[in-house]
Amino acid sequence: MTGLLVLGALAGHWRRHRLELAALFVGLAVATALWSGVQALNAEARASYAEAGAMLAADRLAAVRAQDGGLFPRADYVALRRAGWDVSPVLEGSWRRGDLRLRIVGIDPLTLPRQASAGTDGGFEGAENFVAFVRPPWRALAAASTVARLEGVEGLPPLEVSATLPPGTLLVDIGAAEALLGTEGALSRLTLAPEAAGRRLPPDLAGHLRVEPPGEGAAETERLTESFHLNLTAFGFLSYIVGLFIVYSAAGLAFEERRPMIRTLRACGVPARLLGAALLAEIVVIALAAGLAGTVVGYVIAAALLPDVAASLGGLYGAQVAGSLSLSPSWWLAGLGMSVLGALGASAASLWRTWRLPLLAAARPEAWLGAERRRHRLQLGAAALLALGTLGLLLLGTGLLAGFAAMAGLLLAAALALPPLLGAILRHGAARARHPVVQWAWADSRQELPGLSLALMALLLALAVNLGVGTMVGSFRETFTRYLDQRLAQEIYVRAADGAQAEAVADWLAARPGVTAVLPFWQAETRMAGRPAEVNGYDAHATYRENWPLLEARPGAWDDVAAGRAVFVSEQLARRGGIGLGETIDIPTPAGPWRVAVAGIHPDYGNPGGQIITAREEVGRHWAEADRTRVGARADPAAVPEILAALRGTFGLGPEQAYDQAAVKAASLAIFDKTFAVTVALNGLTLAVAGVALLTNLLTLANARLGRLAPVWAAGLTPAALARIEAVRIVALGGLTALAALPLGQAVAWMLTAVVNVRAFGWRLPVEIFPGQWASVMGLALATAALAALWPAWRLARSSPLALMRRFSNER
Amino acid sequence: MSARIWLAALALLAATPAAPQGYAGLATDAEGYAAVTAPARLAFPRDHGPHPAFRIEWWYLTATLEDAEGREWGAQWTLFRQSLAPGPDPGGWESTQVWLAHAAVTGADTHRTAETYARGGIGQAGVTLGPFRAWIDDWEMAAAPAPGDALADITVTAQGADFGYSLHAVTEAPPVPQGEDGFSVKSDVGQASYYYSQPFYRVAGTLEIDGRRIPVTGRGWLDREWSSQPLAAGQEGWDWFSLALDSGARVMLYAMRNADGSAHVSGTWIDAESRPHPLAPGDISMRPVGYSQVAGREIPTAWHLEVPRFELAVDTEPLNAHSWMDTSFAYWEGPIRLSGSHAGRGYLEMTGYD
Repeated sequence: MTGLLVLGALAGHWRRHRLELAALFVGLAVATALWSGVQALNAEARASYAEAGAMLAADRLAAVRAQDGGLFPRADYVALRRAGWDVSPVLEGSWRRGDLRLRIVGIDPLTLPRQASAGTDGGFEGAENFVAFVRPPWRALAAASTVARLEGVEGLPPLEVSATLPPGTLLVDIGAAEALLGTEGALSRLTLAPEAAGRRLPPDLAGHLRVEPPGEGAAETERLTESFHLNLTAFGFLSYIVGLFIVYSAAGLAFEERRPMIRTLRACGVPARLLGAALLAEIVVIALAAGLAGTVVGYVIAAALLPDVAASLGGLYGAQVAGSLSLSPSWWLAGLGMSVLGALGASAASLWRTWRLPLLAAARPEAWLGAERRRHRLQLGAAALLALGTLGLLLLGTGLLAGFAAMAGLLLAAALALPPLLGAILRHGAARARHPVVQWAWADSRQELPGLSLALMALLLALAVNLGVGTMVGSFRETFTRYLDQRLAQEIYVRAADGAQAEAVADWLAARPGVTAVLPFWQAETRMAGRPAEVNGYDAHATYRENWPLLEARPGAWDDVAAGRAVFVSEQLARRGGIGLGETIDIPTPAGPWRVAVAGIHPDYGNPGGQIITAREEVGRHWAEADRTRVGARADPAAVPEILAALRGTFGLGPEQAYDQAAVKAASLAIFDKTFAVTVALNGLTLAVAGVALLTNLLTLANARLGRLAPVWAAGLTPAALARIEAVRIVALGGLTALAALPLGQAVAWMLTAVVNVRAFGWRLPVEIFPGQWASVMGLALATAALAALWPAWRLARSSPLALMRRFSNER
Repeated sequence: MSARIWLAALALLAATPAAPQGYAGLATDAEGYAAVTAPARLAFPRDHGPHPAFRIEWWYLTATLEDAEGREWGAQWTLFRQSLAPGPDPGGWESTQVWLAHAAVTGADTHRTAETYARGGIGQAGVTLGPFRAWIDDWEMAAAPAPGDALADITVTAQGADFGYSLHAVTEAPPVPQGEDGFSVKSDVGQASYYYSQPFYRVAGTLEIDGRRIPVTGRGWLDREWSSQPLAAGQEGWDWFSLALDSGARVMLYAMRNADGSAHVSGTWIDAESRPHPLAPGDISMRPVGYSQVAGREIPTAWHLEVPRFELAVDTEPLNAHSWMDTSFAYWEGPIRLSGSHAGRGYLEMTGYD
């Protein structure tokens, strides 16, 4: 009964201070929303990887693969079967048509181990199904969403829904896979039945095949996409922290305001334990409600961002992610849990102080000045320590996580240092002011600083991250565009159906007027430094020498590559494999390792795998199964449309097989923009959260400030003048914070490009400065502050002298 | 239920009418395939090789064996070929041919089986002539050059998870055509196959069970059969006997059982000089006399057989009543012993007891 009364009394406070309740609610909701949204995106993507990895029981069955990770001859499969190995062939690849990209998985249903055929929904069981599956025109099994997406797409076998298949994947007979992928007599891997898992490969095959333990495929996708997900998580966490700043200040304010009430309740005999429990129950109820709202918003955010995330993951890593969210109850519970945890963490200090409130201590005016000085010294000390830790992490840490931790350290240190910095500026200003009203304004700002500092810190963080990410994405885009301009030097690109057609296309182009050079190039796959790498073979031609950028090169590097004496390796491969200029590397090939020197390191932005550049003949020599379908050509730009049209007509090539430079550039930039669409969206959302933080903070403080303004009014200042001073002061504080965010943002950009990017993707970018971004961030900060100042100023201007009078007398 | 069940069913049931619902259409539709017509005009070694124009075909060896301690054993090796579509074979993964093989070893108290599948067109399985070689994975039936028939000296190997064998089979006798010079009628409505046997092999070799190697000797029987439309509606299974009498004669008997309880019965008496004497339905009496509970089914594992024309009246007893081929399409197959008018050993295969 007493408990209910206590709860009622406590709730009464919220009824009177709806704005504070709103601040608490909004803070918790936004903290939960972005965090849950990001978790939903990650969970969905990971579920898709797991689903893809579990396909054909690849998570439970070992596999035989080529040492170099590429295709290997079907004869190897037959040889293993003839040696008594229970293996089943799989041919896997990517099928593209315009924007559409599908993972093709070709199997042989006759030898597929029982464990692997589970989950194929009986698509090739029973006589008629089996024959339809293995005989042209074949039959392709796919998830319902994939089948729906492929309606009207030509060039695919008839589709059949199979509920258990991962998204974007077609399960077909291995014969159909050969037809779709344009390969013949080659395989990607062999699924190994459990009984055969422990065997050693015959000596003649062990040279170019290897047995891979179960689950490697999914693990590889996880590894490749890890940095992407870590990025998302970092954003989610940042928003969570920013949201909690709001909660912390709202909870603190509520405590301060309820201090007299709590003392009265205690004096009336309510035990501290009961009071504490009531406060705890109150915050948990609010947290649950806000958490639910936040989780719902998180779901909406995730659903809105998922297509972009899926496109990014597809474009960057070839990972297929479902286009729709399917979330488990545990995700909802986790959202609520994060909200409650955040609320408890943010209000722990307030709760503790309520618990320990001295019953008889009279309300005494805080010696705030001394307290502030002490606090600022403490904060500065903590900031210095954090900065030191950050430096240590930068110097000693190696992983991506250490990079993010260093960034968190930098941001936190800067946030902690902000109030002392602002305090010093205000002190300085107050010391110089001569007019009493101005002096009062400076001094009053200092007094208000502790209440505002959390919101300002949140704003600083959000602004700095926004600037940093904006600068990073902008720098990357500039670099990437410049790089594309250099790298895409040829005017015409052709991807023929097969090697023979490529030769015919090359001959045709050579005979065509307007074509100045025909440059076929060959491609093979291998594995270097634990990841897939492509080996590209080009002819010696001035086009490459003159246009292609090299980050580092030995003298005569191009000549060495043309002569097959050396290769270029991409920046990320060099970094990952610790490969230096002039070193000798072993490149795995079907015929054994190829030992060759590194004559140069070239940039290859946006490629998660490695790349090796060599002479065309070398690719042909080391990889019998190399992709020989690509032809490039230099041509008079004016003649390009005509040549392309004739080329398409002569060889029956589609627009995705014969295209010009502009088309490649546009496609590459589209992938780039998609990749960063999510980053940019999250970035904007984080800034919005910070704006909300500042707004709610100022609104909640405004009420409390009335009491402090009353004496000034009594001293003769009009409410309108007071309102003007209020507005100017808040906008000035916001502006100062934004100013501090500029260098911090640049530091964040440096951390992102020089530390995080290098560790996540393996490439380093030149950081550029974007004054336009600075201006917009500055403007955004001022606008947010102005908006936040508007309402209190308006209320102040409208407040009757009587109200101020009453506050004045009440507070005394 | 995997694809294998269908294939095994199709392969096995192709010779029997016991087509489960849904398989019947496929099993009886022979359009586009070569037809089985009389006369057979068998020619060797040509007909030892595959006949891809026909829908289904098999190479099938059974052996009744004995080890040094006098214990009896049986071994079986079967390679099925099945064509998925008539017409020319494009080869590669698009090959129209699929292959299935069964192997088994039977002792008095053990029965081990293995099964494997392969696509045609890639070299994983196949049959070639000159010299004869039939293979799938690491299982093989390969002929060595020998005077006489191309299959006069063969080595047969198979390897399962828990057993394996290598058997060397030789004979001086020529292949024996079944039915009407190799044209074998399978129903009263005209279903037929080309069918010949080599029932006079002497076998020596080694069984391997759980890593234990057991030298064995005995007699072997090879069956070759191919057809395009061997099924008749309403037939539900068959009982097939191959008997090697101590007198030197060989006997093949089968009954294709109809759902209405009747049966199409046929057989061949092969005298010790390897001359075939086709048996008319009235010449043969086949009657189950003892049943065993096997794999949840009632299976007639003991029979009384009579061929009065050749004064044969014998009872058969299985070496192991649980000779259950637990393959994707399950059936009973194992060695038997004869008693009565003649002594001897043989093999019994029974399908369609569900």
